[in-house]
Amino acid sequence: MKTRILTFIKYRYLLKQLVIRDIKVKYKRSILGVLWSILNPLLTMAVLNIVFSEFFRFEIDNFIVYYLSGSILFSFMSEATGMALPSIFANGPLLTKVYIPKFIFPLSRAISSFVNLGYATIALLIMVIITGVKITWAYLFFPIVFLLLLVFVIGLCFIFSTYAVFFRDLQHLHGIFILIWTYITPLFYPPSILPEKYQWLLDVNPIYPFIVAFREIILNGSLPSLYLFVSCTGIATITFVLGVILFYKNQNKFIMYL
Amino acid sequence: MMIEVNNVSMKFNLYKERIGGLKEYIIKKIKGELKYEEFWALRNVTFNINKGQVVGIIGLNGAGKSTLLKIIAGVIRPTSGYVKIYGDIAPLIELGAGFDMELTARENVFLNGAILGHTEKFLKERFEEIIDFSELHEFVDVPLKNFSSGMVARLAFSIATLVEPKILIVDEILSVGDIKFQQKCEKRIKDMINNGATVIFVSHSIKQIKELCDTVIWLEKGQIKMLGEVDKVCDMYMDS
Repeated sequence: MKTRILTFIKYRYLLKQLVIRDIKVKYKRSILGVLWSILNPLLTMAVLNIVFSEFFRFEIDNFIVYYLSGSILFSFMSEATGMALPSIFANGPLLTKVYIPKFIFPLSRAISSFVNLGYATIALLIMVIITGVKITWAYLFFPIVFLLLLVFVIGLCFIFSTYAVFFRDLQHLHGIFILIWTYITPLFYPPSILPEKYQWLLDVNPIYPFIVAFREIILNGSLPSLYLFVSCTGIATITFVLGVILFYKNQNKFIMYL
Repeated sequence: MMIEVNNVSMKFNLYKERIGGLKEYIIKKIKGELKYEEFWALRNVTFNINKGQVVGIIGLNGAGKSTLLKIIAGVIRPTSGYVKIYGDIAPLIELGAGFDMELTARENVFLNGAILGHTEKFLKERFEEIIDFSELHEFVDVPLKNFSSGMVARLAFSIATLVEPKILIVDEILSVGDIKFQQKCEKRIKDMINNGATVIFVSHSIKQIKELCDTVIWLEKGQIKMLGEVDKVCDMYMDS
């Protein structure tokens, strides 16, 4: 255990370099560069706002902030897992040549997506101000929701990247998987429109508590209930521990499959 | 003693046909058709290397030389047995591993340096020295994709040999760039040897082996065929 912490300290600079690399390469040669991280959620929001306020009508106050607050968390999860999934086998040529702790790849992907979440939050806060939502002291606590979500997502990244080494098909299934998850999560519709017999979907949806907690802070300006907080912490911890165990049990086999 | 290799064996499962995906895997597994052959790349390899020794590893293709180097460098873990390393190790196995072609030479120095386990402070201090050695001053802020392969190799060699490691692993890389730069590389490696570094050197060139090494390990089909003084082993190897 002690040596693991030491390797982590030794390689934290590599972690930083990989995160910087991800962000740099992503926006290389685009004129607006990193501004896209703010613009993208705003543009998607604009499109959806037209679709859902003109074509379909849901009874949602302040659809813009309702949608954005859910979608930036969800996009963070889908982007991070999508990038982490191939991270081990895509770095195969590297991993078969030099010794690097393997966990650093999924972890760096989760963190660079987390940086993007930071930019997307700026977009959200702009819309919060424009639409005149009352900002309260509860806002100070939303970073806690973010951190819990990060722990949850890192766990997912470990799980996805491990299985993807053995079954490359996962990278194609990921898109479908995320699509289904998007539709069963109340991102652009209110939870009340789910029919009674499908309400259980909300109870088993692991990302939903994070979204509810975040919306409670952003839209209502109040702190999430203790129950909600405990749910988020529980989901994050369990996923993280499962991911780490799975990863450590399999990492020595990776090299045979790269 | 610097390196202790104790009874190391390495087994690979060679699947007769490449299993492409989940569906195929499940079907084959259920049908019991998942056949693979065991292949022992290394079998019960044991030796010790002392401080300051320059050890060459020779053998035909597929004798297990690269596998052995990778196990010593810690890239793969042996199926059984263990390797103990006393001191820091610089593997010059594949140079420039992890270079990102989209990034500039400057950015790659820090990325590749981090992969080799260097700290930010260390790399900043030595940055000028790396560029000096590689002679790439004019191209520091050019993306690597615009470099010639020789220029990439020069940059890679300069980063890899930045430190004076106690243990150096060299896998046939003395052929970097043009002749002038090759001589510079050879000189750098010889300097390290003269400064007392322990070196493991893999080459197909018996001439190079005889020039640099004092001890030679001859691998055949994953086992040590002969271990001993350089001229004796090389002569036997040439005669076989």
